[in-house]
Amino acid sequence: MKNAIIKMLLILLSILLIAWAHRTFDSYTLSILNNIGIFAILALSYNLINGVAGQFSLEPNGFVAIGAYFTALFLIPPDDKLDMFALVDPAPIVQHMHMAFLPAILSGGIAATLIALLLSFPVFRVRGDYLAIVTLGFGFIIRIFALNSPAYTNGAMGLNDIPEVANFLWIGTIALVTFIVMLHIVYSRYGRAMKAVRDDEDAATAMGINTFKIKTVAFMTSAFFEGIGGGLLASFLTTITPDQFSFLLTFQLLIIIVLGGLGSMSGALLATILVMGSMEWLRFLDDDMVIFGMHTGAHPGMRMVVFAILLIVMMLFARKGLFGDREIHEIIRDKFLKKGNA
Amino acid sequence: MDFTTFLQQLINGASLGSMYALIAIGYTMVYGVLRLINFAHGDIMMVGAFLTYMGTSAGLPFGAAVLLGILGSVIVGILTDKIAYKPLRDAPKISLLITAIGISFFLENLFNVLFGGVPRAFSAPDYLTKVWHIDKIYLPVTVLIIPIVTVVILTGVLWILYRTKYGMAIRALAFDIPTVKLMGIDADRIITIVFALGSALAAVGGVFYAVSYPSIDPLMGVIVGLKAFAAAVLGGIGSVTGAVLGGFILGFTEIMVVALFPELGGYKDAFAFFFLILVLLFRPTGIMGEDLERSRF
Amino acid sequence: MSQSLLEIRNVTMQFGGVTAIDNLSFKVPQGTIYGLIGPNGAGKTTIFNIVTGNYQPTEGTVIFDGKDITGTRPDRVVKLGIARTFQNIRLFKSMSVLENILIGFHDQIPYTYFEAIFRLPRYHRYERRIRTEAMGILEEFGIAEYADNEATALSYGNQRKVEIARALATKPKLLLLDEPAAGMNPIETEDLSNIIHKIKKDYDLTILLIEHDMKFVNAMCETVTVLDYGEKIFEGPPAEAIVDEKVVAAYLGDFTHA
Repeated sequence: MKNAIIKMLLILLSILLIAWAHRTFDSYTLSILNNIGIFAILALSYNLINGVAGQFSLEPNGFVAIGAYFTALFLIPPDDKLDMFALVDPAPIVQHMHMAFLPAILSGGIAATLIALLLSFPVFRVRGDYLAIVTLGFGFIIRIFALNSPAYTNGAMGLNDIPEVANFLWIGTIALVTFIVMLHIVYSRYGRAMKAVRDDEDAATAMGINTFKIKTVAFMTSAFFEGIGGGLLASFLTTITPDQFSFLLTFQLLIIIVLGGLGSMSGALLATILVMGSMEWLRFLDDDMVIFGMHTGAHPGMRMVVFAILLIVMMLFARKGLFGDREIHEIIRDKFLKKGNA
Repeated sequence: MDFTTFLQQLINGASLGSMYALIAIGYTMVYGVLRLINFAHGDIMMVGAFLTYMGTSAGLPFGAAVLLGILGSVIVGILTDKIAYKPLRDAPKISLLITAIGISFFLENLFNVLFGGVPRAFSAPDYLTKVWHIDKIYLPVTVLIIPIVTVVILTGVLWILYRTKYGMAIRALAFDIPTVKLMGIDADRIITIVFALGSALAAVGGVFYAVSYPSIDPLMGVIVGLKAFAAAVLGGIGSVTGAVLGGFILGFTEIMVVALFPELGGYKDAFAFFFLILVLLFRPTGIMGEDLERSRF
Repeated sequence: MSQSLLEIRNVTMQFGGVTAIDNLSFKVPQGTIYGLIGPNGAGKTTIFNIVTGNYQPTEGTVIFDGKDITGTRPDRVVKLGIARTFQNIRLFKSMSVLENILIGFHDQIPYTYFEAIFRLPRYHRYERRIRTEAMGILEEFGIAEYADNEATALSYGNQRKVEIARALATKPKLLLLDEPAAGMNPIETEDLSNIIHKIKKDYDLTILLIEHDMKFVNAMCETVTVLDYGEKIFEGPPAEAIVDEKVVAAYLGDFTHA
């Protein structure tokens, strides 16, 4: 009972903070917060399939793209689409589709979820680690499809003038909802089953767990929220092109969830703030630097080299990240009630 | 399609298939021995191409530049294993996979920083850029040479695997690492040989690619790598002959389908993905049908 | 003669060219503790894997509670009422002792995904219930104080108990124990022996057990089947098995046997 009250209060506090931030901050700060919020949603969902269920996947950029395109096409008014599609006329269904904001976002999530379901069959029913390769390829296929189907996606030109409905009120609240949903999943028989599959798939099966089902459920859930994140991204950026959803997005999310601790939701939140923050701060690596009086020259991309090295170093020396696979309240509790071992 | 065009495309397919086959072998061998999908393997191909490019730019004769490319790739491949994979031999599988992706991303961005993202023109020597015209067939010399050289190389690889003691050790390792160690074989050395061999082949594939599509860029290994892996799965992951078979099938299909249905041209890179899905759905062990639990070369 | 809960009928298992199990038949009567013994490599764990559905036998049938369950998927076999432990104790490393037990209850608390996400009443009811039950099992095993400890931090003997407790959570009728006493000292072995007798009584179990420790087998099992190179060479009370000449030869590795 006590826990439930604390939880309610924390949620209330968060909502108030979101509302306050939305009212108070200037647009530059808000755009940073919005960015962090969207990435938080993506990181939390990516953490479920990768961290909690332990299935190495590279899916985010693909599902984010799907969510973004579906949402954009639903949000842009039909007449605007007619003008916008430069190469060919939009396909009729694409031209006429139109929805309010929330249903548009949800449709992005649902579309991603259905595709995840389809992908689950070839991937999870066989032994072997094909999820990563299939999702990696999937990301490329989405881009190929977006480029080659101008009637549906406006090809390389992408979509612009997407109605900018996503503000921090929306993004912050959805991020909060995502966080709560993820925690509810983790602390249920489904989360436990996912962790069991992660730790020892054969032993999990020996406990009666249908590992195919559990992996599929985790994958579909991750896809859903990644689709939602994609929809929010489309509305936030107001412009989307096929090249925006490259592997780089997935890689950034991977660094985030590894840093936070694979499997820890609160870790993923913290790491999102840290990584998004340092992405900006580390921009100086791309510029000309003066080290010991020598100029390095401007090298765009040096930042990413450093990040790649960081990831490798983390995997070699600090695999558990910041929180391991536990949540912040468990870590605090364990610090205060240290039990002996037997 | 008339016969000469068919023949033309057949040869093109053999050429493309050769490249996929060479790279697929590296994937399948590392997977067979370590159960690891070496995401960085496709980038090794890129490294080979770029180092060869550096050699020719520095004025080296082409042959020497190619050797430089191969040697460099072998070193990168071996280092990758020693620095990143070996320390994680006993770690959970996901750690290894994440590290592999990290290495891949590192190589791509390193070469991006060193060479810039704009594709570089790769200058092949004159004797390779000649084009023969037979009837209406348009045959760049490279398209002919590549399959021939590939077949020679593959024969060599199979000879190593089946006629030398190192090859036997590699095949034994694919079966069961602990037992092999108990027999006194230095498993780490064999694994190093696997990485070296795979990287060398990938480098050759990279040079072939650079010569066929004379521009190279740091991301060239990504798509090709993905396709080569799909080819390896198609042929039967863990099987070298399977990888070769899968590579050629994929190469032919890509060329033929686009030749027959030009409107599908934009989607040619997606064929590999669909092959992969189909194989996983209907025959996960691939054409050569090796049991995933116990793989053999 | 009580009704047999499990029957292995003419089971043969071939892997490639190797015959691991050769035309094996035996029956495990309901309510007994039955032993499966034999030298290393005789095929005992293979039989377990056939019963649990991990392997499909080349020939033969597995009959459980009157039904043919040959080749049933492992997770379905658990739902039918068969649970097993592993030779090398496979606990879930990232979880606490209590959480390991809770996994066993997975099928007993069938609330849906949505009920979990929206925290509907069924979720709370079921979660409360299994926590109580899980603690109850841990108390029976005498390890309730370690409930929140990391499962792999416990002593070997206690880890084994956790594994058995976890299997119990699935409410099995038949419990397969793969070398439960392996690696234990005499005190731990005696403790284990008492616990197994206790849970057999309390949970109305039938137990099929693989073991090497003949003293343990003697104390636990009413009947044993002895396997050697996948073949049954003896079936009967353990006391008689010890003196049977074929069994002795198998364990000593009689040279003419090769």
